[in-house]
Amino acid sequence: MAETTASSDASKTYRAELLICAGTGCVSNRSFKIRDALEAEIRQRGLDDEVRVVTTGCQGFCAQGPIMIFQPDGIFYQMLTEEDVPLLVEEHLIKGRPVEKLMYVPPEGDEVVPKLSDIDFFRKQRLVVLRNRGLIDPEKIDEYIARDGYRALAKVLTGMTSEEVIEVVKASGLRGRGGAGFPTGIKWGLTRQAEGNGKCIICNADEGDPGAFMDRSIIESDPHAVLEGMAIGAYAIGAKNGYVYIREEYPLAMQRLHIAIDQAREYGLLGEDILGSGFSFDLAVHRGAGAFVCGEETSLIASLEGRTPEPRIRPPFPAQSGLWGQPTNINNVETWANVPVIISRGAEWYASLGTDTSKGTKVFSVVGKVNNTGLVEVPMGITMREIVFDIGGGIPDGKQFKAVQTGGPSGGCIPESLLDLPIDYERLMEVGSIMGSGGLIVMDEDTCMVDIARYFLDFLRSESCGKCTTCREGIAAMHDILADICAGQGEPEHIDLLGELAEAVSDASLCALGGTAPNPVLSTLRHFRDEYEAHIRDKKCPAGVCRALITYRIDPDKCKGCLLCTKACPEQIIRGEAKKPQTIDTEACIKCGVCRESCKFDAVLVE
Amino acid sequence: MEERLSSILSSYEGKREELIPILQQIQGEFGYLPEQAMLEIARFARVPESSVYAIATFYTQFRFTPIGKKHVMVCRGTACYVRGASRVLETVEELLGIKEGETTEDMEYSLETVACIGACGLSPCIMINKKVEAKMTRKRLTDVLGKGEAAEA
Repeated sequence: MAETTASSDASKTYRAELLICAGTGCVSNRSFKIRDALEAEIRQRGLDDEVRVVTTGCQGFCAQGPIMIFQPDGIFYQMLTEEDVPLLVEEHLIKGRPVEKLMYVPPEGDEVVPKLSDIDFFRKQRLVVLRNRGLIDPEKIDEYIARDGYRALAKVLTGMTSEEVIEVVKASGLRGRGGAGFPTGIKWGLTRQAEGNGKCIICNADEGDPGAFMDRSIIESDPHAVLEGMAIGAYAIGAKNGYVYIREEYPLAMQRLHIAIDQAREYGLLGEDILGSGFSFDLAVHRGAGAFVCGEETSLIASLEGRTPEPRIRPPFPAQSGLWGQPTNINNVETWANVPVIISRGAEWYASLGTDTSKGTKVFSVVGKVNNTGLVEVPMGITMREIVFDIGGGIPDGKQFKAVQTGGPSGGCIPESLLDLPIDYERLMEVGSIMGSGGLIVMDEDTCMVDIARYFLDFLRSESCGKCTTCREGIAAMHDILADICAGQGEPEHIDLLGELAEAVSDASLCALGGTAPNPVLSTLRHFRDEYEAHIRDKKCPAGVCRALITYRIDPDKCKGCLLCTKACPEQIIRGEAKKPQTIDTEACIKCGVCRESCKFDAVLVE
Repeated sequence: MEERLSSILSSYEGKREELIPILQQIQGEFGYLPEQAMLEIARFARVPESSVYAIATFYTQFRFTPIGKKHVMVCRGTACYVRGASRVLETVEELLGIKEGETTEDMEYSLETVACIGACGLSPCIMINKKVEAKMTRKRLTDVLGKGEAAEA
């Protein structure tokens, strides 16, 4: 990461560049205010000729936001506030003394790590898709071009046939990053061979898995990589039109996408006769309206056509008959963003990364009960342990790791015993999960696995389109059983019943939503059956989550009688004298947990 | 309303695939989908009103009642869930005195949940009028909702 950023004004060089992260996470932590304050301070000190502030896309380390990289020194500043700005400018920019108190300290350590390249979170990452992350301003096409952007498109248009492009993508081993892992080159080939003169391509940016934000981040940090990948794909397939189907909940990504498309058109990189090659391609943005099922190809197509987004039987596959009955190729954001690098650096190079069956890298959002939450890109074949403990920095507050959930509502969980499993499409399937789009949700001892299964089924129940009875009714039936178990009304036969329902839902539903819906239940049953049994047989929730099965109690040895909990309790049912141990009226307790949250001495116990 | 409606519709051709963008723009303008608008859209696109409702009721984005000035969305994504989103929702409900899906009588606040806003690295989070507020605690919630007094009570 020693490279400096490209300047949009080639004649100008700067002594220092301050790269402020402007991904959704850091923006919510006021990174734009910090940028404004920095610019004002730099101007006031008369440094604006030698120093420039660059707003970049998501740098990935959301947990430490707002973050800033100081180049050329490569210093990583974190958790900045506007008040830090004068000190930072005075010390680092004027006196040349980096400011230690704004640097990163690892979760288990007390020494600062000044350089980004030395921080564990970044060290094990391998940036291919996110190659421009944090280095360019995503709203400036010149910066993308200065880092070899659109060179792959030029190479394809000036010297390769469509068939050659498809062969390169096939040889690279790239597989669909939306979750199913279908080989991208083969998919392109099928659409290319199909009959039809209105072929089109679609970028699926409807990122529906809760707990995942890879696609949002890629578009926010490097939108041109996606556009370039699509233009190359369109050339290979023979499509003139493209669509980006993007989630409504991502306003910042949408804005950057529109800016990128306008700039690409202005530069003649989209539109008629691109680079004088005679090839024409343009694209339109379609905002999704919040339906998980639209991640399914045939639903997404129905949605684009203005019909109710219900999936239909395949075949015919979209490659034969998709949008308006024309051959259509759909890939997700991350898949498209891989394409330019594969063309530039070659299939052989790409295939040298990863495992036998899964080539290249994968972007994951590492979130939940883990110290270093954020977005990471790692080579396929890395172990879950390396992601959670080396990159993720382990579990906060000294808690015990319990599981990682992959693949969202269609996926499953990986328990501690499988942490050393190398991650690829096949191995995740073998243990009852899936790669999915890349959400990794880390769970600790305080997460109840029965409750998590119930949570996913609740999500799927409301997102089922209702077309297939097994999906519509079966998921609801499974959810109700899980809700009963969580409410202390579980019966021993429930476990078998869940298994039977799972089989029916998965076998008799048309699309992948129903087909994979039982996975969260099957996988928690497989790896955490003891928790189900504790709920059903002992009427206990070992994680202390399910309210019907827990009681709150105050440990008299730890309670100092500070009365914080007494004041916080919404029901006013914690009693006792000041400076003496308090007691909770367990009969009247609504188990909201506010007392536990307010206690500074860990004196509130859940049993 | 009629003028605003026809000015929006005049920028479209009346094709079926324009239904979602039209609904989105009208909701953007009015904050919800008024009954009259639904009828006008159906006429404009030459489809039965039931088809327009079929689309609009399918997606979580669309609503048929006006919303308050501050549109509060509590994220129910998995990362937020494992870090206490249920408690966040309860707290917001308590602070605003309304349940999920409701609007306060003074039309100041509306409360909804959302499947995921993609700020998972900063969970649990909420969104107020498209602005993400991260790492919610009871205290942060009272601050961002401007409900300081309510919390003291």
